[in-house]
Amino acid sequence: MLIKKSAVIPSSEITPRSLYLNRRKFLAGAAVAGAVAAVGSRLDELATPSLTVDADAKIDGVKKSPLSTTEKITPYKDVTNYNNYYEFSTDKYEPAGLAKDFKTRPWTVTIDGLVSKKQVLDVGTIIKMAAPEERIYRHRCVEGWSIVVPWVGFSLSELIKRAQPLGKAKFVEFTTVYDPKQMPGQQGRVLDWPYVEGLRLDEANHPLALLCFGMYGEALPNQDGAPLRIVVPWKYGFKSAKAIVRIRFSDSQPLNTWNKMAPNEYGFYSNVNPNVDHPRWSQAKERRLGEFLKRPTLMFNGYDQVASLYSGMDLKKNF
Amino acid sequence: MVKWFKPVVFLACLGPLARLGWKAYNNALGANPIEVITHSTGDWTLIFLLVTLAITPLRKLTGQLWLIRYRRMFGLFAFFYVVLHFLTYIWLDKFFDVHEMLADIAKRKFITVGFTGFVLLIPLAITSTAGWIRRLGGKRWQLLHQLIYVSAMAGVVHYWWLVKADVHKPLEYAVVLGVLLGYRVVASLLPAGRTRATAPTRSVQLPDSV
Repeated sequence: MLIKKSAVIPSSEITPRSLYLNRRKFLAGAAVAGAVAAVGSRLDELATPSLTVDADAKIDGVKKSPLSTTEKITPYKDVTNYNNYYEFSTDKYEPAGLAKDFKTRPWTVTIDGLVSKKQVLDVGTIIKMAAPEERIYRHRCVEGWSIVVPWVGFSLSELIKRAQPLGKAKFVEFTTVYDPKQMPGQQGRVLDWPYVEGLRLDEANHPLALLCFGMYGEALPNQDGAPLRIVVPWKYGFKSAKAIVRIRFSDSQPLNTWNKMAPNEYGFYSNVNPNVDHPRWSQAKERRLGEFLKRPTLMFNGYDQVASLYSGMDLKKNF
Repeated sequence: MVKWFKPVVFLACLGPLARLGWKAYNNALGANPIEVITHSTGDWTLIFLLVTLAITPLRKLTGQLWLIRYRRMFGLFAFFYVVLHFLTYIWLDKFFDVHEMLADIAKRKFITVGFTGFVLLIPLAITSTAGWIRRLGGKRWQLLHQLIYVSAMAGVVHYWWLVKADVHKPLEYAVVLGVLLGYRVVASLLPAGRTRATAPTRSVQLPDSV
């Protein structure tokens, strides 16, 4: 019997599509990176704002994190095609297309309020503040579905520490870019733009709170909040603001957009809590994308280590 | 009307289901297939309810009496899609968890109102045959079938209460329903001579063949 050798190429030998498409950019990027390294890391802080972004570009030197879950990662296709991103559309399947040409460079982030170092930083500078880590987190939407995403970033506390908040600062507020020309959803008044979210300073300083600029080892896709977002895995997804242009420190609790829109339905805290239902639907279970049966929702989305942040608080009142 | 027209319309009404089935078969229902199935069957229930409610105004405004022969079919398709919608809920969403479903119906007003709209359609589906029209008598049958107004309103409210912020789609349904119901209010207020010419009992005698 003639046995033919299988023509199947092991997947490890297949170049990822994104790398293939970006091989020229990669070469250019490598040259620049080499030059920057040669001149010295000090200089890149002074470098002019980066004017282009390598979409899908692989992020180098990403370390694994003990904070990651070992659960099955949701397919990239689902995480990049099923997006609640009202700045583009209220239809979850539309942001992927509508955000395709969204410009994420040049991009600056204003850091102000009660900090000793008020500044406007280029996103490229922020990304280099600390070593990138892969954080595989559960992500639970207030609507009752969930995903597992390998985000790339570092603890938000790294940025906070450099901003040097004053003693009076108790809260951090995040503002999403307002650019109706690029974001068709902002041409309507579905929400009160720009989108604002906030955390208590101690929440923001928790190691789990992530300043995020990538996922699946690559730069963050536009529909997932590029170029810079936060990820707060123990809270409902809407707390994790996308496309951030401003980080403001204050002594009073920020009024987050959804709380303003429907105060009885979306609180400031919005911690994942199976025992506190949304007024219109149960939060006891969730549908993990890709699974047929619903699974029980866990307190703090399974991140029990944050419980001490809320000791003594009535979480039914502070929903 | 041409003889083959009715079967063609019938098949077209199955189109939305065929499309869902085709997409499911090809794994093309996206990241959250159950949500897509739920929304699609819900949408088509509302669409068929509105189409059913559009028959009488269209018939009166255009004088195309044959339209009435399609009313029962559209009404039954509304029922067909709401049954699929309900099955999706009890099977794919709640997985036959009776306790959870009862809690939902009692606690979630969008479920309560949607469930009400569904239940109200059941007697209408049952009494949709010529035999039942005869048994009930035209007037009583007509009165019973006015439940479709309540059911359609419940359906639109169900949708409205379900969305988080963007009400433009439920609003579209609400506007169309408002026009269709508004037409009936206006028609009933018109001088008696015109109302009698299009007396409702006539429509009862017309829906003969399916």
